[in-house]
Amino acid sequence: MRSNDMNSSHYPGVFRVQKAGALAEPLPVRLLLVAGTVLFLTLFLLLPLGALFSEALSKGWQEYRAALLEPDALSAMRLTLVTAVICVPFNLFFGIVASWCTAKFTFPGKSLLVTLIDLPFSVSPVVSGLVYVLVFGQQGWLGPWLQAHDIKIIFAVPGIVLATVFVTFPSVARELIPLMEAQGREEEEAALTLGAGGLQTFFRVTLPNVKWGLLYGVILCNARAMGEFGAVSVVSGHVRGATNTVPLQVEILYNEYNFVAAFAVASVLALLALVSLALKTFTEWKMRQLQKAGA
Amino acid sequence: MARSLKKSHAAGWGNLPGFAPTMGYTLLCLLVVVLVPLSTLFFKAATLTLDEFVGAVAAPRVLASYRVTFGAALLAAVTNAFFGVIVAWTLVRYRFPGRRILDALVDLPFALPTAVAGITLAGIFASNGWLGKVLEPLGVKVAFTPVGIWLAMVFIGLPFVVRTVQPVLQEFDREAEEAAACLGGNRWQICTRVVFPLMFPAVLTGFTLAFARAVGEYGSIVFIAGNMPMVSEITPLLIITKLEQYDYAGATAVAVVMLLVSFMLLLVLNLLQKWSRRYAEQ
Repeated sequence: MRSNDMNSSHYPGVFRVQKAGALAEPLPVRLLLVAGTVLFLTLFLLLPLGALFSEALSKGWQEYRAALLEPDALSAMRLTLVTAVICVPFNLFFGIVASWCTAKFTFPGKSLLVTLIDLPFSVSPVVSGLVYVLVFGQQGWLGPWLQAHDIKIIFAVPGIVLATVFVTFPSVARELIPLMEAQGREEEEAALTLGAGGLQTFFRVTLPNVKWGLLYGVILCNARAMGEFGAVSVVSGHVRGATNTVPLQVEILYNEYNFVAAFAVASVLALLALVSLALKTFTEWKMRQLQKAGA
Repeated sequence: MARSLKKSHAAGWGNLPGFAPTMGYTLLCLLVVVLVPLSTLFFKAATLTLDEFVGAVAAPRVLASYRVTFGAALLAAVTNAFFGVIVAWTLVRYRFPGRRILDALVDLPFALPTAVAGITLAGIFASNGWLGKVLEPLGVKVAFTPVGIWLAMVFIGLPFVVRTVQPVLQEFDREAEEAAACLGGNRWQICTRVVFPLMFPAVLTGFTLAFARAVGEYGSIVFIAGNMPMVSEITPLLIITKLEQYDYAGATAVAVVMLLVSFMLLLVLNLLQKWSRRYAEQ
């Protein structure tokens, strides 16, 4: 599909000779567009990446290493990992369950359900954090009860996990639903007719069909979970070494004018983003291969 | 007869197993994680009198923050629409070295944590930064001004237009272009009369997505904005400021406005999607 390429070799020679000018832009226009694209993307994507890593390493590897091995930085990394380890499986399981019932069955209100599942992506991260403060905070709905039972959610780790679950909630479901819908249900029906059980059908038939889409959703979910800032910032108490995730640690270091350390810690997140992009590109390529093989 | 009716009814629901438990679990999660927490926003706002609510959402500082947020988001979305179409066009139609890498990098703003983007952009455009060093002697101040807000919004909205227009161009039937060429159209006529109209719904969808994202954005903006009340203070930051002053009611009222704007944009997007599907069928 991608190889919808510009060279007009598919077209009969007649066209090329007579109408090439009408099917392709003149060379100067082409060069201008390519130059514009390269310049724009360099300015907004490559330059920031370069600046980030050069700032992180501006005082040498020794400082870089020291900034990453600092106890507060390490505890922030631990908290970010814990958050992702809870959040990703939860949203993965939800995504699978939700896409099974929405993609394989028809029922009234289906498109409303899909819109509602997608809702957290349209809400400002700050608002997402705020709603959890209103539920679990001291003045919130459950505040008095939680306080009486000495349970701390807001300004503590559970609040961070909850806000992250909210923010990443649709990631897996929104990738799987269209994919499962496109697969249809004939294969599952065939498996059931042949005597397979429900779960067996799911694990042997459905799951292998959507595994790359699943991986794609998990990668996006993980990247978002580890990088979330706005929502987590509202519910975290910003306690160093206790309720700081890596992005919050970056903010604190930056606001203390400790730029080298801030960019060093940030560079870890940037590397994570680059790895996620690479994996994402790979799964997209895999899915295209499968589509081509199926077509 | 009755049995066959029952059977056909079952078939309508699908003879695949597991509808009831999966639907139950889905609704439960949706309620607990999304709907109940979001509804608290409205319940909390309902405890305010109308005067209190209007006082909170229409105070001069809040109104100024809407102007900054929506104004910058609109400009950023326009910028993204313009460059997004050029980028999508170039990536789909032309072959040049580095194309695949640039194509993959377009999603960087989705993957890069917003705080990281924020400090990086602030670093580049600060007076001693890579570009700030060049721009400031020319009298162009980007960091800690509304221009910085626009810039950060362009960054985070960058993938939307590219990624909505790209598939349309890829699946674009070149026969329409050939037909127009046979009818004697020149390149400019073909582009403006055949290609651009077909791209239009996708551009509009990408524009709306970029706008929606920019309006709610917080992390990448606060570092570069300067956050001066009345000048460069965005609405999400104002919510956080109110929270830090324990003004929960005020924060909630402004958040309700933001949420309603999100709902409206979501509605617009759904309508756009329906429209472009009909548009494509024509």
